[in-house]
Amino acid sequence: MTAPFSWIRPEPWGIHVVPADAWVDPSRPVPRALVTHGHADHARGGHGITIATPATLAIMELRYNTRAGASPVEYGETVAIGGGVSATYLPAGHVLGSAQILLELGGERVIITGDYKRAPDPTCAPFAVTPCDIFITEATFGLPVFTHPPIAEEIAKLLDARTENPDACVLVGAYALGKAQRVIAELRAAGHSDTIWLHGAMEAMCRLYEEHGVMLGDLRLVSDAPSKDAMRGAIILAPPSALNDRWSRRLPDPITAMASGWMRVRARARQRGVELPLVISDHADWNELTRTITEVNPQETWITHGREEALLRWCELSQRRARALALVGYEDEDD
Amino acid sequence: MEAFAALLDALVYTTSRNRKLALIAAYLRQAPDPDRGWALAALTDGLDFPAVKASTIRNLMTERVDPQLWALSRDFVGDTAETASLLWPEPDNPAAQADLSVAEVVERLTALTRTTAPKELPALFDRMDAKGRYALIKLATGGMRVGVSARLAKTAFALAFDVAVEEVEEYWHALTPPYTELFAWGADGGAPPDLAGVPRFRPFMLAHPLEDSEVDLKDYAAEWKWDGIRVQLVRAGGETRVYSRSGDDISASFPELLTVLPMDAVLDGELLVRGSAQGGEAGGAASFNALQQRLGRKTVSAKMLKEAPAFVRLYDVLLLDGQDWREHPWKSRRATLEGLMPRLPASHFDLSQLVEAEDFAALAAIRDTARDEAIEGLMLKHRESPYVAGRKVALWYKWKRDPLLIDCVVMYAQRGSGKRSSFHSDFTFGCWDGDPDAGAELLPVGKAYTGFTDAELKQLDKFVRQNTLNRFGPVREVKRELVFEVAFDSVHTSKRHKSGLAMRFPRIHRIRWDKPAHEADRLESLRGLIKD
Repeated sequence: MTAPFSWIRPEPWGIHVVPADAWVDPSRPVPRALVTHGHADHARGGHGITIATPATLAIMELRYNTRAGASPVEYGETVAIGGGVSATYLPAGHVLGSAQILLELGGERVIITGDYKRAPDPTCAPFAVTPCDIFITEATFGLPVFTHPPIAEEIAKLLDARTENPDACVLVGAYALGKAQRVIAELRAAGHSDTIWLHGAMEAMCRLYEEHGVMLGDLRLVSDAPSKDAMRGAIILAPPSALNDRWSRRLPDPITAMASGWMRVRARARQRGVELPLVISDHADWNELTRTITEVNPQETWITHGREEALLRWCELSQRRARALALVGYEDEDD
Repeated sequence: MEAFAALLDALVYTTSRNRKLALIAAYLRQAPDPDRGWALAALTDGLDFPAVKASTIRNLMTERVDPQLWALSRDFVGDTAETASLLWPEPDNPAAQADLSVAEVVERLTALTRTTAPKELPALFDRMDAKGRYALIKLATGGMRVGVSARLAKTAFALAFDVAVEEVEEYWHALTPPYTELFAWGADGGAPPDLAGVPRFRPFMLAHPLEDSEVDLKDYAAEWKWDGIRVQLVRAGGETRVYSRSGDDISASFPELLTVLPMDAVLDGELLVRGSAQGGEAGGAASFNALQQRLGRKTVSAKMLKEAPAFVRLYDVLLLDGQDWREHPWKSRRATLEGLMPRLPASHFDLSQLVEAEDFAALAAIRDTARDEAIEGLMLKHRESPYVAGRKVALWYKWKRDPLLIDCVVMYAQRGSGKRSSFHSDFTFGCWDGDPDAGAELLPVGKAYTGFTDAELKQLDKFVRQNTLNRFGPVREVKRELVFEVAFDSVHTSKRHKSGLAMRFPRIHRIRWDKPAHEADRLESLRGLIKD
């Protein structure tokens, strides 16, 4: 080991753990990948060995049909990944199976968060604040305008829209992995026990969540509805791409809602033709990002993707060392 | 303010016209007086609080938020009011404060001065949540941008109280916010506002574009469509006012017209400046460019009155000597107008002449010459048409001459606002000042942000991002590679631009992905089209 932390090297297509020749969330196939969670911009198929939590591996198998080379690690478990480097997977609170990865070599500790949030989520384990030297954080919502309200308020808005429009239906655009299940679980927690109708693209993931112990209640597919009228007054979930698609023509007078952190900004909602914006995100908002950096209190903060300029500025104002990494391929337009 | 803020928010997320009407109508029925009147004025940009500007808000924010974080946020959100509403530090206990009425807010904003605004506004902000602050800042700085035109608001009023929209429109412009008399009549079943002796606006009759059809000249009369601004000249109770097409009172900009109408009347015509650019000496009118310097002024200097004297070229008569002519056919109104001309001073009035032609083909040939005469095109009016508000099918047509086209190279792109805040949608383009292969340069000749589809906007945005040379805040300088075929109505000399030219109504006609930039047009081609 020469210079401190020279064993960890950010490249445009992922973070390279040099002595182990392993990559964290690489955007191209590599022999050895450490994957934080199952979203497509972090988890891709085609790696030799994939080290991830069992839930993440199950999600990847469902989505990319990749079973070969799966190497499961439980939360809190530490594994040697070669070159003297050890990796510990810690809950990130983002979606089912999501992990921060703590890498250690010669007493130097680096955490890569992947995506994370601090708000409570009944569908996944909460973020674990863990001390480290270098904290590599996301910054999807890294602007002070982004503050996500308590989810109960947004769920109440959704339920109100349904009550006010008994002859219509509320169509909620939600990411098929994580967001959809969280919205359903929160609806159930708010006492909504009616059938929730799903776009076909969501079915398998909901089933996977249930297999992992997240109960979602009575779910049915829109394609199995006996008639349009059967869905009047109902809540329907679909991926954001289906909102203004021909698919939605089979629904009874849908009110278009979208569950996303971007809905905080009116123009974003208008661009997508959203009538009922629900500010629900699985990413940390501005306050969560800055609170997390403060609590973890690393020597240095690296910012992977999102609105890194503003978070860098905050670090500067808070007299914290920070740098932005130019990683490609991490997009989260729908969250 | 809560109900108004909720209305504003609902309007933001509603694109359907009917749904917007229903939302506004429901608010107007439920809100108390005078709140609903103030709200109506705010929605139609009828309020002005000179002490509060966008810069006032910006300064308030940068005193509380790091200027760099403010700038990054404002750039992303694309709207000062919204950014400020989101970034304002949440008060500790907003719920403990009683909701302010719209009237109270208006009263407080009216009392503000440039000096007191920065001290008083924070107290107001602290009494609201983000939604309320957004409504408050929009109310204070104007420009709601929620797709509510004055016409839509009037229609909503008519819908809310089941009255005729034409009546609403007639009273509306004679009253001032909060339109107490309008609500007393419409909402509470009182007598119509007493407007006798008030020189009030009457809704304009408008024309449909004549697409690819023909009309029979036995049924339709033709007139030139002059390139000025359409006005209504109204005299009642000894006072004369000039109204623009939208019903704005623009009398202050044209004092020379306020003393020359010798009888009570309502006349429809084109406001023009004396000159010879349109239709030569016989046309008697200067180009729109000359008129433009007279627009939007609160006071007019004697020099300007002398150099750019305004007059009205009359098209129609609505009321005269106490008689309402609107129900009468166009041919009777025309005869009345012709009979009226000798009673009007020629210094400030003339008559829009009819264009006589054998048949439609002959008229088309005459229209083709309009380019040389620098006239906008022709109007076709049904000889039996009454004067009715709005655009009614088959009564009046406008038959504009074809636009001019020129190929320009995109030079700069700016991020749009509102709905387009994540797209580069405003383009500045230029023409070559010589032979591009011999080292000529591009000089900007115009700016446009319309004429493309949403799908094309996405492609253009992608082009801009991939071909950025420099960034200046929201503006990007791009590689000189993409050619636009730009359509425009006319081109004039201008001292404001380095190229010495200014286009009127430029819009993007076609995106020429196929055309190499060096084949775009040169300035000399554009200069050749000037008709000043």
